[in-house]
Amino acid sequence: MRLKTTLAVAAMFLATTGLARAEGELNIFNWGNYTSPELIKKFEDTYKVKVTITDYDSNDTALAKVRQGGHGFDIAMPSQNYLPIWIEEGLVLETNPGQMENAKNMLPEWADPEFDPGRKYSVPWALGTVGVVVNTDVYKGPIDTWAVVFDPPAELQGKINIVPEMNDVIHAAIKFHGGEMCSADKTLLKQVRDTLVAAKPLWVAMEYSTIEKMVGGDFAATTDWNGSALRQRLQNPKIQFALPKEGFQLWSDNAVVLKDAKNVENAKLFLNFIMDPENAAMISAFSRYANGIKGSEAFMPEDMKTAPEVMVPADLLATADYSKTCPPEAQELYTRIWTELQK
Amino acid sequence: MARPFDVRRQRGFTVVAAFCFALLYLPIVVLVTYAFNAGESIANWEGVSLRWFVAAAGNAQVIDASIRSLQIATAAALIATTAATLAALATTRTAPYRGQAATFAALNLPLMVPEIVTAVALLIVFARIKMATGYTGLGYLIAAHTAFCIPFAYLPIRARLDGMDLNLERAAADLYATPVRAFRHVTLPLLWPGILAGFMLAFVISLDDVVITEFVKSGGQETLPTYMLGQLRRVITPEMNAISTAFLALSIVVVTVFFLVSRKRD
Amino acid sequence: MIRPDGALEAARRRDVRARWLLSAPALLILAFAAIGPLLVVVLYSFLTPGPYGDVIWSFSTDAWVGVFLERDIFDDTLSLADAHMSIFVRSLTLATATTVLALLIGFPTAYFIATRPERTRELWLFLITIPFWTNILIRTFGMLEIIRNEGLINTSLRTLGLIDRPIQMLFTDGAVMAGMLYVYLPLMVLPLYASLEKLDFRLVEAGYDLYATPFRVLTRIVLPLVKPGMIAGSILVFIPALGAYVTPRVLGGGKTMMLGTLIELQFGQGRNWPLGAALSITLMAMVMVALLVYVRYAGREVRHG
Repeated sequence: MRLKTTLAVAAMFLATTGLARAEGELNIFNWGNYTSPELIKKFEDTYKVKVTITDYDSNDTALAKVRQGGHGFDIAMPSQNYLPIWIEEGLVLETNPGQMENAKNMLPEWADPEFDPGRKYSVPWALGTVGVVVNTDVYKGPIDTWAVVFDPPAELQGKINIVPEMNDVIHAAIKFHGGEMCSADKTLLKQVRDTLVAAKPLWVAMEYSTIEKMVGGDFAATTDWNGSALRQRLQNPKIQFALPKEGFQLWSDNAVVLKDAKNVENAKLFLNFIMDPENAAMISAFSRYANGIKGSEAFMPEDMKTAPEVMVPADLLATADYSKTCPPEAQELYTRIWTELQK
Repeated sequence: MARPFDVRRQRGFTVVAAFCFALLYLPIVVLVTYAFNAGESIANWEGVSLRWFVAAAGNAQVIDASIRSLQIATAAALIATTAATLAALATTRTAPYRGQAATFAALNLPLMVPEIVTAVALLIVFARIKMATGYTGLGYLIAAHTAFCIPFAYLPIRARLDGMDLNLERAAADLYATPVRAFRHVTLPLLWPGILAGFMLAFVISLDDVVITEFVKSGGQETLPTYMLGQLRRVITPEMNAISTAFLALSIVVVTVFFLVSRKRD
Repeated sequence: MIRPDGALEAARRRDVRARWLLSAPALLILAFAAIGPLLVVVLYSFLTPGPYGDVIWSFSTDAWVGVFLERDIFDDTLSLADAHMSIFVRSLTLATATTVLALLIGFPTAYFIATRPERTRELWLFLITIPFWTNILIRTFGMLEIIRNEGLINTSLRTLGLIDRPIQMLFTDGAVMAGMLYVYLPLMVLPLYASLEKLDFRLVEAGYDLYATPFRVLTRIVLPLVKPGMIAGSILVFIPALGAYVTPRVLGGGKTMMLGTLIELQFGQGRNWPLGAALSITLMAMVMVALLVYVRYAGREVRHG
């Protein structure tokens, strides 16, 4: 009887559901493809703890989930522009990582950031910039400007991608018009809207997956994060990354212990663990982004030490905006511009 | 008996069917080919290699997620098909009764709700339950999957039941078969193709789900699709193709065995 | 058989009770994991958006106004929500086109399978379901590999010397439709097959014997009998296509929104959950109206079956 065969096969699968769990545990909630397996292996071996990693794909998903509770995670990695929301809503535990043994390794510019003064809650995991990437086989002009995507040269028209991170795109367009981050100035935002609406027909897509499309020739230019740009150049040296002269964003993702964590001690061990230069270098080697830990360069792979994408020149650093949470009034205007743009 | 032609061989239909199979299989062929790519990308071909199969086999996270996906899909499809079969028997071949239309609407409801809405709604409700009971196991995912699998299992079974010959069951009843025996020996064998189609639909729908799972999963409950979604924003390597190829090979083996076994019985 | 009215009535009541009992497991699961949560969505559509997502518990109809009317961002005038309307229209058009194409390809395929000899039929059926065993994301990526600029079609055409510049197929509405067709096609074929499989082909032969044209045989004999399968298949394709999220994201290039992505935006970066909830209910209302019309129209001929 076929019914019986089906049931038997099904029962076999189900029998494997109730597997035993290890004694010490740590549940990490992190961006996909962002957690170095070597790092986890080393942590597990050092502290005899079983680590599980669960992925999320956007700050908003992660926030929504953690806020609703009952999630079972110990550690999450919110971006710095979301971290104040997490703190304000009482989602994270005050573990004072700034006082931990390895805190001395934090780079001074990341040791006391605006989004977490005194590092009471968080530890830098990875950090980077938002800029433009251009295939210089297609376009040979200057690329250090947002004009590459907002007022594109003929060679690039119809081959441009925009990474659809709403806040990043609006920020870039605001900078293009000489405005301030998180501006709610309607005259400026009108220009922003008009620029975006006028430029959109010249774009081919608004996508996250840029690496294989830049390398595969579907895009000739895109907005992108620096670590992604590095991966593209390693596959095709003609693909170049630039930080626009009008201004750009500097962002970081930070590890925090959640308020309803069940394994607080293990989570604290982990925060301290990733501030060790050798361990931080593992994070970077895997994710291809820099970290905020002094001395980690020494342990990084050769192609990252020399990568122009990873290291931000000091003179450009002055024009950078440290990514932050925009007030709800501004956010509402941005959403409406964004919806209008994609209609 | 001489006929002008055989109704079973409509040449035009055969051509369309061939196109249909080509459409279904071409992307799969490409997918499988790139699983053997020696290079880093799923776009540029750089020679044959098994490296991505080795990488996938050594990736504990992937193995874990795959097994979990199969468990959830099996449980959800079994429960959903059973519940849907009973519900289909209840709502078909009857004079209209009070509540029948409402039942029908309820059964199809998950189809009408965009996934993202169900996802957020379930997140809100399940989070409260998780906090109240302290249970954070796979049960929530199975319940959520079962719910949206029910209409997928229900529709083909209902389609099969609609217009199925009632006389056979009446005959069984006239021969003093108990309702259970009549169901077991008459209705069930006739209904079986519908149930099988319903189960398969439910199973693959569950196996495929991304959005709802993403919102409902608790710590350490990654399924294969949510794991892949996590990769989507960064970079996709042929490792994903290798995993899919392995899944495909496995399903072909299972399906073949299933096919041969059922054939021997006939 | 003549029975007193009372006994008949009692038998009928028993029958109805049995039917409720049989439906109970499915209804209970749905109440827990579909209907209950949905009421929460209705509730949320009448609340005020929280500053960073979620809701504030104070009554507001702003979300519902926002579905149909929009206040100009800059001069504050009210007008019809033109952005939302064009997204609704685009989604409806693409979903309808996908369903029609799936029917046009799915029916001959199901017919082909149903007319194979008994022994090979299941093999063909399994061939339909096998692509389904691969994850939807990955299958969509397979499609992407075929239609991209350096993909299979463009490379072949270039090798043959038919074109010298790649045709832009990826990131178009056509690509989204092809992707959805590919992904949802088995959902059409399976229920169609389930209906066709029990079709008595002697009826078809009888039709031909009476010198009916193939077209008349199809419309008068075959189609009425497979209608339940067609309804089931169309529902299974149309609705997920209307709210599709993954395929437009991967193949459409995200430049133009569909309903699924619009709703996702409100619950995600847009941080306007009440608007997202109101949009969802609007979408469901649209689907329900379409469904009622469809079932009522199609059910008329089925009932006597």
